[in-house]
Amino acid sequence: MPQGSRENILHRVRTALGRSAGQPPSEAPPVRLRIPEVDMEARIASLRMRIEALAGATHRVATAEDARALVAGIVAGRPTVASNSPYLAECGIASLPGVRTGIRETDDMRTAAAAAEVGITSADYALADTGTLVMISSPAEARLVSLLPILHVAVVPRERILTGLDELFTLLPKPADQTSSMVLITGPSRTADIEQILVRGVHGPGQITVIIVG
Amino acid sequence: MSGEFDQKIHQTLEDANLQLAIYTATGRLKERRIEVVASEALPDYQELRTQANALKKHAIENLDYYLEEFERNVTAHGGKVVYCKDATEVSDFVLSLAREKGSRLIVKSKSMTTEEVDLNERLEHHGLESVETDLGEYILQLAHEKPYHIVAPALHKTRYDVADIFEKNLHVPRETVVEKQTAIARAVLRQKFLEADIGISGANFLVADSGAVVIIENEGNARLTTTAPKIHIAVAGIEKVIPRAQDVATFLKLLARSATGQLLSVYASFLSGPRRPGEVDGPEEFYVVLVDNGRTKLLPDKAKRQSLYCIRCGACLNTCPVYRKIGGHSFPWVYSGPIGAIITPQFMGVSHEPGLPFASSLCGACGEVCPVKIDIPKVLLDLRSDVKKTETREKQNRLEKLAFKAFAWVVTHPRIYEFLGRVASSMAPSGNGGWIRSVPPPMNLAPVRAWLSQRDLPPPPSKSFREMWRRR
Ligand code: SF4
Repeated sequence: MPQGSRENILHRVRTALGRSAGQPPSEAPPVRLRIPEVDMEARIASLRMRIEALAGATHRVATAEDARALVAGIVAGRPTVASNSPYLAECGIASLPGVRTGIRETDDMRTAAAAAEVGITSADYALADTGTLVMISSPAEARLVSLLPILHVAVVPRERILTGLDELFTLLPKPADQTSSMVLITGPSRTADIEQILVRGVHGPGQITVIIVG
Repeated sequence: MSGEFDQKIHQTLEDANLQLAIYTATGRLKERRIEVVASEALPDYQELRTQANALKKHAIENLDYYLEEFERNVTAHGGKVVYCKDATEVSDFVLSLAREKGSRLIVKSKSMTTEEVDLNERLEHHGLESVETDLGEYILQLAHEKPYHIVAPALHKTRYDVADIFEKNLHVPRETVVEKQTAIARAVLRQKFLEADIGISGANFLVADSGAVVIIENEGNARLTTTAPKIHIAVAGIEKVIPRAQDVATFLKLLARSATGQLLSVYASFLSGPRRPGEVDGPEEFYVVLVDNGRTKLLPDKAKRQSLYCIRCGACLNTCPVYRKIGGHSFPWVYSGPIGAIITPQFMGVSHEPGLPFASSLCGACGEVCPVKIDIPKVLLDLRSDVKKTETREKQNRLEKLAFKAFAWVVTHPRIYEFLGRVASSMAPSGNGGWIRSVPPPMNLAPVRAWLSQRDLPPPPSKSFREMWRRR
């Protein structure tokens, strides 16, 4: 395989900048992260408002039991795949009839997620000020569950709602240390490529439903 | 200005539908941006711009350090970094990898860097199928066209154009409803995603301290490109590197707001290495191709290297009165608008299209909207002086000087000045509201023609000031 021009390019860069190999960098500008004080009720209100503004649906339920009942109604017999999130198991969602879960093999996941109309996940965090779900890939959360089915349902316990991006990056200064993939999801998949007309569900889910528990 | 540049500008100006399409689309994007960066909506917008500028400046000033740090961390996470100096090296790398793995089908998500190096054409030339999956890019690939705009590549296409393109290429019944057109593309491309051997993406940022590639998008095609196939290759310019994952917060806040007026784009993916043990899906192999392709030429000049801070948000295009008239395809390379006017001459050499740095009214709007505070007007001026220095514009200069001498002589000879004024009045056409677009012989000398070809002269008054003064 061609090895490219590593030395050549680095040499050109150093010569142009007047730097030498191995020279440490100048002092970097300080990190700028500001976490506002926002109480939980206000976070929940903001999260819901932002998601709904993007044509997503939100629900708030008191208990895991209620979440299970709500999800059962949404699934309503449609082919569904659920992630291996312990939280979904705890809510009893993983054991709902007709929901496929416990998938560990890549090929099985591709087939199941491609055939499913509904994909159910939890989320590692949610960001109140933008209406965002934070999905960290792990044995518990596959990437394709929130990507291939046309409806994505996320069940999120309220403790995981953060104020916003700055709090997320304070908690996770280097997401790559724990995962090969962290994805922030803000609303349903969309495009405006033809005449600036907004269409949802171009490649990813066209609908997103977030259930806040607690 | 070269004939081709000139001709394309004319074609665009004369196409009323195209004028309307560019004007409305850029106008909408422009207004949305203004709404979300207003001080009520984002009180620390200016501070964020200052921070983004400082971060980019720092990263570029220490570029070799951060590239090596990035490389070390990608490698530590099981990925591989390849440095390519030009288009040939990029395509050679992809081709040899495809050959080694026996790959046939490649899915691609939006990447301006791969447009720069004509990657699709090169791969297809060698018998690989390489499919663009961003809806706009897909339409353009079927139509064999280049992107019209950094953010909205098919901005110039109407739903009727798309109907024709899909009917002809996909052999589907003609469909003019945008939702249904999108559904057609979804179905065709979904199949490609599931069958593809390799996914090629771009990258918005390369995070040095994490060895992560950050990809921002709205459709989900980049997520599919980087998740479904066994091999993921990210292709990015070397200038995309930033020091820390925590810095991404600053850029995320600015990018979507400046590009489309969203608070955040729908998807922001942080990808580092192939999937880890236990992870259910994701690629088995992960490569990052770091591309120079002219970028290192910008580094020595401290003022001009700021052109490399660009995060490709497109805000300068939407606000530019020149882009909004002449559109994207008038520009000689894949980058258009103010950013195209400053990077094309620097990547390709000023003589590639010497007219480019002059295709600006220097109104300053681009510099004001730029989220990373690139002083675009300043760089344009520097490039103009480069063109003047390097190019043989002597002939034009001579004519220009001659013209001004003649003008000076005319205005200091009142009788002649008055006579010429009357001639001008008599020349004002009855159409066009009296605006002068051309002059009859013998005044239609080449420089006059060229000057008027880009400008209309307001109607001359029927009576000159001197005449009116006399008649008081
Ligand atoms: S130059 Fe600035 S405004 Fe223009 S595309 Fe780049 S970042 Fe955006």
